[in-house]
Amino acid sequence: MAIDAATVKKVARLARIAEPDDKLEPLARELSGILDWIEQLNEVDTDGVAPMTSAVAASLPMRDDVVTDGGDPAKVLANAPKTERGFFVVPKVVE
Amino acid sequence: MSELTELTLKDALDGLAAGRFSSEELTRAHVEAVEAARELNAYVLETPERALEMAKASDGRRARGEAGRLDGAQLGIKDLFCTEGVRSTACSKILGNFTPTYESSVTANLWRDGAVMLGKLNMDEFAMGSSNETSAFGPVVNPWRIEGGNGKLTPGGSSGGSAAAVAAQLCLGATATDTGGSIRQPAAFTGTVGIKPTYGRCSRWGIVAFASSLDQAGPIARTVEDAAILLTSMAGHDPKDSTSLPVETPDFASFCGKSVKGLRVGIPKEYRVDGMPAEIEALWQQGINWLKDAGCEIVEVSLPHTKYALPAYYIVAPAEASSNLARYDGMRYGLRVDGANLTETYENTRAEGFGAEVKRRILIGTYVLSAGYYDAYYLKAQKVRRRIADDFDQAFEKVDALLTPTAPSAAFALGEKSDDPVAMYLNDIFTVTVNLAGLPGMSIPAGLDANGLPLGLQLIGKALDEGTLFSIGSAVEKAAAFKARPQKWW
Repeated sequence: MAIDAATVKKVARLARIAEPDDKLEPLARELSGILDWIEQLNEVDTDGVAPMTSAVAASLPMRDDVVTDGGDPAKVLANAPKTERGFFVVPKVVE
Repeated sequence: MSELTELTLKDALDGLAAGRFSSEELTRAHVEAVEAARELNAYVLETPERALEMAKASDGRRARGEAGRLDGAQLGIKDLFCTEGVRSTACSKILGNFTPTYESSVTANLWRDGAVMLGKLNMDEFAMGSSNETSAFGPVVNPWRIEGGNGKLTPGGSSGGSAAAVAAQLCLGATATDTGGSIRQPAAFTGTVGIKPTYGRCSRWGIVAFASSLDQAGPIARTVEDAAILLTSMAGHDPKDSTSLPVETPDFASFCGKSVKGLRVGIPKEYRVDGMPAEIEALWQQGINWLKDAGCEIVEVSLPHTKYALPAYYIVAPAEASSNLARYDGMRYGLRVDGANLTETYENTRAEGFGAEVKRRILIGTYVLSAGYYDAYYLKAQKVRRRIADDFDQAFEKVDALLTPTAPSAAFALGEKSDDPVAMYLNDIFTVTVNLAGLPGMSIPAGLDANGLPLGLQLIGKALDEGTLFSIGSAVEKAAAFKARPQKWW
């Protein structure tokens, strides 16, 4: 099995998803099943092959370094769960 | 007024131009059809008032001689597209009642050309799924049923709402997106036409991101020509998406019906997979015969790394998804579930807001990108991806397009594969290669199986050569003369 419960717990923490302890074992089985299936990639000889990092051969364009948007805080805040006086309200970050 | 919803997009536009009916009449007919079809669960949000407003404005433009390419035509919009002032959720709980204050570039192009929005269409959560069952709004039901049966079938996914709405005549055409087959597989399952254009043809700006190097928007429609008309409006360079290609958009409809004589069509032998139903094999052979009759030269080609496309995809796509979906932190929009501290608030929000399949993919993506595994998984997959793209490059030295089946089966029952992730992933076995290589792919309805369910054939083209696909696609469409429609039961 590629992944055990402890690894799932660690990965879930990295991904910031709360997973209850009783879900770790079933998730480990599920993810291992998927990763076992993925293992077949090792059959492919990729020596000297450059990784493909872009779907089409195009270089990223540059644009003028000017402000093109902004100045509308009401729009930015329109969907916020909590706001106060034109700011996002978020939980305390520093204890 | 049901006959108005039976029109193709092309006929509807011609009828509007000839003054046979107004956009308002056409819109009312569609609004009624949408309301009468709620059992299909294709729309997650209906916008009839906005549709009628847009229709009246369109009738005004037409009266003044200012009608655009799509003026007055009724479209459904996949809920992955952000629509200004209209709730857009990607069918995920985590976006809650998110109401964008901006419009996606693709939908803005459609409104620029005069189209009318009927509402937002159901889909798999964040476009992750092949059966529409991962939607937070529940699955779409395929308007098609097995002959003589009444079991509920999947319309495919992720663009299941788009495909079902087009098949059930709840719009003249729909927007969709395709990351691994999400336009083409639902099109095949519903007897509709769907095209995923070349990566970069359509702007991704304002489309909720799943896997940025694979995601592309495209249309689902009832005919090849309708799909061409829609894609011509949807596509175009957009400076707001740095991967949008700075190329002219041709009038794709002008390629429909063109002679395909002398075109070389490749048949990739690796697409003949074990366990493929004999009916699909036979339909593929039928497609080969049709194209021969139309004057195409058929060439056997090899794409040796085909079988590795799906496993490579299930590294690349979850990796990109885990990164893209990190933005859902409950701070600036969408759901927030408070915890004892900031980390717990993040963890609770994401545990509550994401469904099981989305979590599964985020966990896989996080794992393959985590320290110590990056080279073994992610880098390896990117190299295999290069091999797959090279396979296509070599094949396209010999041929102008490829012909394959779209999906390994017809529509299956809702619930049939939802317990087995890998079995579900195998649905995309014929479609996913195209996303990895960034190429255009189109599904065309070509026949019915023994149960009376539609089956599709897929055409794959060279980068930016959608035109050839529309030419060959209309030849297949003409030869197949696919006229079957689902019997209305809803």
